[in-house]
Amino acid sequence: MASLGELERAIMDLLWSSDTALSAYDLQERLAADESRKQLAATTVLTVLSRLENKGFVARERSSRPHRYSAAATREEHMAELMHDVLGSASNRTAVLERFIGQVSPEEADALRRLLAG
Amino acid sequence: MEVTSAALAVLAVALAWPVPLWLGRASWPSRSPAAALLLWQAIALAGGLSMIGALLTFGLAPYGDDLIGAGLALLATGFDAPVFFWHVIAACGAVFLGGHLLLNLALTVWRSEVQRRRHAQLVRLLSSPLPDNPGARLLDTPAPVAYCLPGPLTSVTVFSAGLVSLLSGDELQAVIEHEKAHVTQRHDIVLIAFRAWNASLPWFPIASRAERAVGRLVEMLADDQARRVVVPAVLGRAIVLVGATDAPEARPDWGRLTNDDLRARVIRLDRDAPLTRSATALVAAAAVALVLVPTVLILGPGVAGLL
Repeated sequence: MASLGELERAIMDLLWSSDTALSAYDLQERLAADESRKQLAATTVLTVLSRLENKGFVARERSSRPHRYSAAATREEHMAELMHDVLGSASNRTAVLERFIGQVSPEEADALRRLLAG
Repeated sequence: MEVTSAALAVLAVALAWPVPLWLGRASWPSRSPAAALLLWQAIALAGGLSMIGALLTFGLAPYGDDLIGAGLALLATGFDAPVFFWHVIAACGAVFLGGHLLLNLALTVWRSEVQRRRHAQLVRLLSSPLPDNPGARLLDTPAPVAYCLPGPLTSVTVFSAGLVSLLSGDELQAVIEHEKAHVTQRHDIVLIAFRAWNASLPWFPIASRAERAVGRLVEMLADDQARRVVVPAVLGRAIVLVGATDAPEARPDWGRLTNDDLRARVIRLDRDAPLTRSATALVAAAAVALVLVPTVLILGPGVAGLL
């Protein structure tokens, strides 16, 4: 049984790769196409979708019946946000460090070359 | 209590300026990062204790000869005793400083928890679990990154596809061991305490130096863990490749490694022998003494009085 997190990911992957908004039943059908997964109840899919909607990953179209869902932002946009978390803090660190940066002395450079060649 | 207050004030000044400055410049911490990390924590804790203690003992001096007795007298009599302006200022200062530090700690913990949850959610959606390593996830992005995402119950180590393609098998093993050490040794807790300290004292340059020194020491601790599994040369290459994210596609020129922290981490692999056991014990004893001295100064007379 896949965890809730893996189910969220599978649903987001389907929404990201779909050109149009999908209903919970479309998603249930496509998830069932994956042989390794056991048949999911429609309510389970709806539960996961509303969780994702609350977290702001999924947008819901209420004009149609049944409601149709689409990704709120592209996969690339989310990846950029994630990378900003990781590298953004690293570059802040670098900015702090720059004031302390000194030159590598010849002796240190030798030590580095020797070590890293080994 | 004025004498106690003065002694605590001297200790507070020493721990706020010359002692951390000395420790920040000393070269031995890279030889025993665990001992140095302990000492940094003792300095921060003892510094805060003695600063608050100095203000509090001075502020309550009119009420009694020891802090506990004075506190009890204050509760019993209310604000009856003749009190001088500076005592009130000191007592208010103690309450303000203590509250400020605790509030900032809570705020920093809460903020990073919010950020961590959001980040963990993004990681869950954008990465796939590594089949042979349940605590690790692979992120599909070309940037070479590896980091651990600590959590209250389970921690996750995240690797990017870019990193996996950049590193050789044993270099990757070094990175995995390094990140595993961060997770199992709960370095996030130490780091958050120092981040909070720095955030609550933004005008205090020593706090940011301490945060940076502590950050560097936990990296060295994790490196030492990785060194048990891979040879230093492999670990050194992995450190440089993961750290030099500005030029991920090229293997950097080792001689022109300008990042101070990375350089220190790599050089110590070759040069530094660990501190002797007795030297490490001495540092640990100093750390314990540092915390004990203000504690005894603040509470000792009162406890003796009660007994």
